Amino acid sequence: MGSLNIENVRKSFGPVEVLKGIDLEVTDGQFVVFVGPSGCGKSTLLRVIAGLEDATSGRVIIDGTDVSATPPAKRGIAMVFQTYALYPHLSVRDNMALGLKQAGEAAAEIDRRIQVASSMLGLEPYLKRRPAELSGGQRQRVAIGRAVVREPKLFLFDEPLSNLDAALRVNTRLEIAQLHRRLGATMIYVTHDQVEAMTLADKIVVLNAGRIEQAGAPMELYNAPANEFVAGFIGSPKMNFIDGTRLGETVKTIGVRPEHISVDAAKGDWKGTVIHAEHLGADTNLYLDCEKAGLITVRIFGTYDAEPGAVLYATPQPGKLYRFDADGKVVK
Amino acid sequence: MSRATTSLPRSIAAHAILIAYTVIALFPVILVIINSFKSRQAIFREPLMPPTSKTFDLVGYVTVMKQGDFLLYFQNSLIVTVASLFLVLLFGAMAAFALAEYRFRGNGLMGLYLALGIMIPIRLATVAILQLMVAGGLVNTLTALILVYTAQGLPLAIFILAEFMKSVSDDLKNAGRIDGLSEYRIFFRLVLPLVRPAMATVAVFTMIPIWNDLWFPLILAPSEATKTVTLGAQLFLGQYVTNWNAVLAALSLAILPVLILYVVFSRQLIRGITSGAVK
Ligand SMILES: Nc1ncnc2c1ncn2[C@@H]1O[C@H](COP(=O)(O)OP(=O)(O)OP(=O)(O)O)[C@@H](O)[C@H]1O
Ligand SMILES: [Mg+2]
Repeated sequence: MGSLNIENVRKSFGPVEVLKGIDLEVTDGQFVVFVGPSGCGKSTLLRVIAGLEDATSGRVIIDGTDVSATPPAKRGIAMVFQTYALYPHLSVRDNMALGLKQAGEAAAEIDRRIQVASSMLGLEPYLKRRPAELSGGQRQRVAIGRAVVREPKLFLFDEPLSNLDAALRVNTRLEIAQLHRRLGATMIYVTHDQVEAMTLADKIVVLNAGRIEQAGAPMELYNAPANEFVAGFIGSPKMNFIDGTRLGETVKTIGVRPEHISVDAAKGDWKGTVIHAEHLGADTNLYLDCEKAGLITVRIFGTYDAEPGAVLYATPQPGKLYRFDADGKVVK
Repeated sequence: MSRATTSLPRSIAAHAILIAYTVIALFPVILVIINSFKSRQAIFREPLMPPTSKTFDLVGYVTVMKQGDFLLYFQNSLIVTVASLFLVLLFGAMAAFALAEYRFRGNGLMGLYLALGIMIPIRLATVAILQLMVAGGLVNTLTALILVYTAQGLPLAIFILAEFMKSVSDDLKNAGRIDGLSEYRIFFRLVLPLVRPAMATVAVFTMIPIWNDLWFPLILAPSEATKTVTLGAQLFLGQYVTNWNAVLAALSLAILPVLILYVVFSRQLIRGITSGAVK
């Protein structure tokens, strides 16, 4: 149980087409992350899956059943929102119970599920409180708890961590990963955050302007991006793109990741001047203005002393160059 | 707050202006109330003085209670005001929710049409309304007044409430939908409590003109059984002699119910502001 198929889903708001034909297959128990630039339609796609928005055309199939005409509450899904969206007038307990009561669950069963979910998420001390009396992190855990008690086939998360501070985000990320392992449920997760995407996902779906650019395992996307967009989107700092003609290549663009370039003070392929250096402790980012390759970013593991103005030689690691044609597609 | 706005001279100036405004606003009301407790002679001789043991006189209230059916007038006013208020808030909020929440063809045009009444005074249509009421056999009924006042209050209510409802979190409504709440439950249980301050504001703005109105009661329901307080008080304003004691007493009494309603709503207003928000 818990598979999802999306077949040629399109969605327009008036004359604007936001989703331009999405096909996607999610198998049972998978953790799928949608990433993409702001406004590319991630939330819209999630809302179409949830049934909060009707697709203009196409089919959404959950667990083998076409749910295109099924209301959200009957689709066997649960959703966690960026703004928590807890009912302000209800206690934590009632927030979790409301959906079950609506579905006509027996009181004993509701109690049992709330018991299980609240102990799993450490919510027991807060069950009687109202949302206004909780911290941001606690509220998001309540929102997750409200999803868990529904025992859905499919969990949908829309940027659930983006309102939390950095430390809490790491903790909650861990909790979501554990939750996924423990429940074995299918989860779909929207985020802006690369790290969340890479760490949580079994499968990452990169969206751009209403289309899927590429879908695959995190390392697949990192190692074998299908096109320039995915190559630039996955990985941080961003991949360097260098005009092919500058390097005497026949292809339009050459891409090389900052971590796949080594530097040397004496010799190398591209001579350049240090513009700026970012010292992060575990690694160092150098911005080099190279005569041949233009402005590039180099990521060096560990600390590296380089003052702006220093002259260095950068050398891309052999076999780590990506070649893109004029359409941005990878040339093998 | 910045320091400039809390400095002493500024603070004094601000308070002076506010106190002056309060005095000016309350002066006529206080004048009516203190004079309603005085004898007729005292009213004319020393209109600005509070009642003393010598000038104290309840004759106005006695007249009001005895003459005319004042209790009935009060009841009429209350029925009309409360019923209209209820209908304005109910229909206004529902229309506002539809405009704010659902995408449908002509949504913007519909909003404009519904708001048109803010700019066009309903009294311009008095003749047509009267013909309508005559045709419907509703002349001299409270229903006529309630219908007219509901129509009068709706445009502003829809306009204000729609703006507020647009600001209610979409996520919250969607969470309700996923939990299986009907659109009605979402409207009544999630959205209405969150726009309570706006509802209270609309209630106050709607209620006062209705309570004070003389025009439509005079035209649509002047019969003894359907008179409202404002119309009833005219009884004491004669062509040649005016029973000032009675007029002042009637007006003082007429302030009470609105005052009570106002206190109720303003408390709602404060509770609405301080209740926990979404985030
Ligand atoms: N109700 C709506 N009416 C009209 N346009 C809409 C509506 N909802 C979304 N859009 C448009 O659809 C596009 C995609 O929106 P969506 O919210 O799915 O983006 P997103 O990928 O989730 O972005 P973000 O990462 O910023 O949340 C945007 O250009 C947005 O303006
Ligand atoms: Mg979004």
